[in-house]
Amino acid sequence: MRAVLGAGDTKLKVEQLSFYYGKNQALKDVSFEIPERRITAIIGPSGCGKSTLLRVFNRMYDLIPSARAGGKVLLDGEDVVTTRKLLELRQKVGMVFQRPSPFPMSIRDNVAFAPRLLGWSSSRVKEVVRQSLERAALWDEVNDRLEAPATSLSGGQQQRLAIARCLAVSPEVILMDEPCSALDPVATLKIEDLMAELMRDYTIVIVTHNMQQAARVSDYTAFMLMNPEGRYGELIEFAPTANLFNQPQDQRTEAYITGRFG
Amino acid sequence: MNRNVRRQFASSIWLGVMYLLTVLALIPLGLVLWFTVSKGLPSVLHPEFFTNSFRPFGIPGGGIAHAIVGTAILVGLASLMAIPIGILGGVYVAEYAVDPWASWVRLASDVLVGTPSIAIGLFAYALVVVPVHHFSGIAGSIALAILMLPIVIRTTEGAVALIPNGLRESGLALGLPRWRVSLQLILPTAAPGVITGALLAVARASGETAPLLFTSLGNTLFKVDPTQAMQALPLTIYQYALLPYKSLQDQAWGAALVLVVMVLGINLLSRWVLRRQIRLAGQL
Ligand SMILES: Nc1ncnc2c1ncn2[C@@H]1O[C@H](COP(=O)(O)OP(=O)(O)OP(=O)(O)O)[C@@H](O)[C@H]1O
Ligand SMILES: [Mg+2]
Repeated sequence: MRAVLGAGDTKLKVEQLSFYYGKNQALKDVSFEIPERRITAIIGPSGCGKSTLLRVFNRMYDLIPSARAGGKVLLDGEDVVTTRKLLELRQKVGMVFQRPSPFPMSIRDNVAFAPRLLGWSSSRVKEVVRQSLERAALWDEVNDRLEAPATSLSGGQQQRLAIARCLAVSPEVILMDEPCSALDPVATLKIEDLMAELMRDYTIVIVTHNMQQAARVSDYTAFMLMNPEGRYGELIEFAPTANLFNQPQDQRTEAYITGRFG
Repeated sequence: MNRNVRRQFASSIWLGVMYLLTVLALIPLGLVLWFTVSKGLPSVLHPEFFTNSFRPFGIPGGGIAHAIVGTAILVGLASLMAIPIGILGGVYVAEYAVDPWASWVRLASDVLVGTPSIAIGLFAYALVVVPVHHFSGIAGSIALAILMLPIVIRTTEGAVALIPNGLRESGLALGLPRWRVSLQLILPTAAPGVITGALLAVARASGETAPLLFTSLGNTLFKVDPTQAMQALPLTIYQYALLPYKSLQDQAWGAALVLVVMVLGINLLSRWVLRRQIRLAGQL
């Protein structure tokens, strides 16, 4: 648990956010502020809407035709929910998924893919490939085999490649949805170290099932729970991680972190 | 104990029945191959069979060069029309499955798959042959293209649907436009499956007679100009087999053998490509 180094500026301001899959409400009245250049963890039992919340931040839910969001998510003051600059938003708010999904091409091309499609010059692409792999702590392991297929990497390496791929388009926020849940403890530790490194330049939001991980890596933690009557997810408590784990304000938070349910 | 014996007995009977049925199912295939090979082989063994074109009955050295080249041109032109459109259509249908328009495309290609090929030939006749008042290779290849289109659309759709959603989301999460993700990330990943579909469509079109009967019509001469009537392998088989001359009937068997080998080759190739696709998809 890191000490919180003074309250930073707010990067994402979530205001009265509600979310529906068709008629089913998945989130209700979620409000909190995600600080800039900090790691914010979202924890809670399965099905409480953690992934749903994360996918609002980069409008990934647009792929689901019946999905609808109400309320606001302000990114540097601009509303994500209603923005028409979807592609800019997704460059600014990158995402790393549970499965690394390497593109079926070389390690280099995986990182260069988006920059090339965005029309960047080849010298800039080359620079970005190197920089991104270095920042994702993968360069030393792969610099002598950049042409090898990405599928030949180990699971942990593939996940760092996914992070490098995301860094290549210069995001400001990185969303991570259970990025370590398919990895062994050593690979997990590497990703956690990497996150601590990346926090200097990026705002990180991580969904995790692993409470120890949330406690280890995050500065702030949001605890969510499914409302038993309404069947929608709601935010129970949001606080600096140390406070949330040591002096939870809500009984339900305490019950969850002490393992009494969830 | 007794029951065990009875169960084993029953199971071995069933196994025997299944073997028998399998053999029964394979008999027609074996017969077709046997007849084609045994009857066609004598013609095929003459090199001039592949270099010469039609010669009237009584003149030796007749061949099917005009039909082979005709089929290559007809199917080639049809592929140029059907494969790009079919691939784009298939990607669209798979990637934008919820668009109402996509379900119309899907319905149309389903109907088209079930349409008798002779009806497609008739349509091309009315569309192309009637207005210009003469038969042509182009009319034939349009008919074949219509035949191929739904096959390419449906197999492309299937191949694209096989790609895990995580790949799509990873592409979109980088801020790339949806159509670029579809065409430059998903489609290349699905390429082997798409190629399989294209090959199957080519194989199917190569063997079709009905769409060509009143479009390309057939020609006894060696033609490479698709604005004229053109010969094709299935037409050769159909026409020669009906003639009362043994030498031309033998040539029909020879043409059949060439066609069967060609289609078999294309099918085997497509299966090989498909296996690669499945292996690749497993790694993503
Ligand atoms: N595409 C979808 N269509 C309809 N309902 C969905 C969809 N995705 C999620 N849901 C529903 O929304 C609710 C929240 O799901 P979500 O995936 O956000 O939970 P989660 O907290 O991430 O769970 P987990 O920890 O298991 O990943 C669940 O009830 C789920 O069934
Ligand atoms: Mg989830």
